[in-house]
Amino acid sequence: MLRIRNLESGYGKIKVLKHVSMHVDPGEIVTIIGANGAGKTTLLATIAGLVKARAGEILFRGQNLPALSAEKIPALGCVMVPEGRQVFATMSVEENLILGAHVLQKKGRQVQEELLEHQYALFPVLRERKGQLAGTLSGGEQQMLAMGRALMARPQLVMMDEPSTGLAPLIVKEIFQIIVRLRDEGNTVLLVEQNAKAALAIADRGYVLETGKVILQGPAADLLTNQDVQRAYLGREKIEEQ
Amino acid sequence: MYWQQEKECMSRGDLEQLQLERLQSTLYRVGTHVPFYRQKFREMKLDYDSFDSLADIHKLPFTMKQDLRDNYPYGMFAVPLREVVRIHSSSGTTGMATVVGYTRNDIKTWADLVARILCAAGLTADDVIQIAFGYGLFTGGFGLHYGAERLGASVIPMSSGNTKRQIQIMQDFKTTALVCTPSYALNIADVMLDMGINPRGLSLKFGLFGAEPWSEAMRREINEKLGIQSTDNYGLSEVMGPGVAGECQECNGLHINEDHFLAEVLDPETLEPVQPGEIGELVLTTLTKEAFPVIRYRTRDLTRLLPEPCPCGRTFTRMQRILGRTDDMLIIKGVNVFPTQIESVLFDIDGTVPHYRIVVERVNHQDKATVMVEVKESYFFDEMKKQGALIDTIKSRLASELGIGVAVKLVEERTLERFEGKGQRVIDKRAI
Repeated sequence: MLRIRNLESGYGKIKVLKHVSMHVDPGEIVTIIGANGAGKTTLLATIAGLVKARAGEILFRGQNLPALSAEKIPALGCVMVPEGRQVFATMSVEENLILGAHVLQKKGRQVQEELLEHQYALFPVLRERKGQLAGTLSGGEQQMLAMGRALMARPQLVMMDEPSTGLAPLIVKEIFQIIVRLRDEGNTVLLVEQNAKAALAIADRGYVLETGKVILQGPAADLLTNQDVQRAYLGREKIEEQ
Repeated sequence: MYWQQEKECMSRGDLEQLQLERLQSTLYRVGTHVPFYRQKFREMKLDYDSFDSLADIHKLPFTMKQDLRDNYPYGMFAVPLREVVRIHSSSGTTGMATVVGYTRNDIKTWADLVARILCAAGLTADDVIQIAFGYGLFTGGFGLHYGAERLGASVIPMSSGNTKRQIQIMQDFKTTALVCTPSYALNIADVMLDMGINPRGLSLKFGLFGAEPWSEAMRREINEKLGIQSTDNYGLSEVMGPGVAGECQECNGLHINEDHFLAEVLDPETLEPVQPGEIGELVLTTLTKEAFPVIRYRTRDLTRLLPEPCPCGRTFTRMQRILGRTDDMLIIKGVNVFPTQIESVLFDIDGTVPHYRIVVERVNHQDKATVMVEVKESYFFDEMKKQGALIDTIKSRLASELGIGVAVKLVEERTLERFEGKGQRVIDKRAI
């Protein structure tokens, strides 16, 4: 579905991503973990076309994304749930959701109703609050709204940037359960997370990004038991190098 | 039947993407964790961070057996010892042993790769697998053992040797699959005959043989004698152990587990890639090993890649059975000769028994090769003429196969030493 080879990108003189290669197959949850500043968000932004790729290729269902302008990418089925939610605070929940469907080719009234119904089934709390202004929602509810909005585009691939940021542990758990459910319903998810343990626990595969490079990759279960990952990202105490 | 169909049948494009990703992280791993590679990369001014194409594999340094010896015991490990859960040692077929290690994840991967091979050979969880490889430092025993357990089969950890007991167990436990070296399988068949046991009366159906080169003729002989279907599998401890490649039931070449190993076939002299389908030295790079990754390990094993698709549906490239080792290769009168070539000829001649030795010596500054082969008892009671005719047949068949003349000596059945592990059939007296 998504195949990235030797991707390089950055801002101004700063090179952030260095020869990043990765892929996402249909129906998988793939997670990208790494410390603050490792380049995780830059990677998603480059896929989404918000940051220009300097070298390498990003093939999404056979199309080379860097050749397209950013606004064309969601219509291909590659949508992002940005970090910090970024919902439209002064619009209602339902209005926010409907905005997500704007990229659809066929967006008749009935299609829209079906999609709304689908999101409300997935996030019952959004149905309860559908007339409320998005700015009045709690952090967890806003995260759900941002996810629901992305799903309104009926995407092939959902990219999520740090969905757990700033949320209470219980809410994080709920959000992650919803991500698993999305996968089980046939969706494909690329999940960027600082919360490595939670992300690896639900992902099929993972990539570890460090200073812009993929230093490790493999089945999520293997990464969970990998000692380097444990030391660096899962909070195990630092062990003296031998 | 596949063990991991999504991998074993993956498209070339997906496979190459996976190989590149895995190679890039392997290069990072060895470049940062293994002083040997760090130094090599520095010497070659190789920026492993910028490695971006499988086609550039030729820019990477080779790893030789000697490098592993120089870093004995733990110098080539990419993780601290506390993360290593298993240590094995090469079987030391040739020279000093080398040490290899495995993390927990490596052991898991290894079991899956061996399970793939068992599954490809036709085995299932219903089989009773008798492992007659030595258990111990040698990777053969434990490698097959873990794979067979992963498959869910019933495993008999018999180890090698004590042939009569092997046969007893085979009878009593209703063994369906035998795992050992091909030469030991033949040995077992002979002992069965001595014991008056008809192999076809046993439950034995499959043989998975490896750890030494063998010929197609030897396969036929084993299949006939034991009434089984035997498949070949390949591995070496420096790279992982068994599980690197194995035959499917088409019995026409070994599928290389290409999602975990990158295979090249190079001319052993020039170290350039051979033409597709030509014979050369197999060079392997591990793509997922954590504790003991190797870059372009020169196996010294000779084979050729078989690019045609396999009817079994696996997309992994096949390699032909190992034709010999570059260091097994005998240069007799300036001609390259492999023991397996001689074996093929002997097995096809009626009247001989599949046990032989090749003795090479220097007489009056000239190479002289003598093939000693066991013949059926009847030939020794028979008239000399028949013996002479047999010698002539063998000589002329060998001459046409090898392109040089060799002496042939017939010996009585059961006079040559038998092997329980890897066979040593060549005696080269020139070196001494």
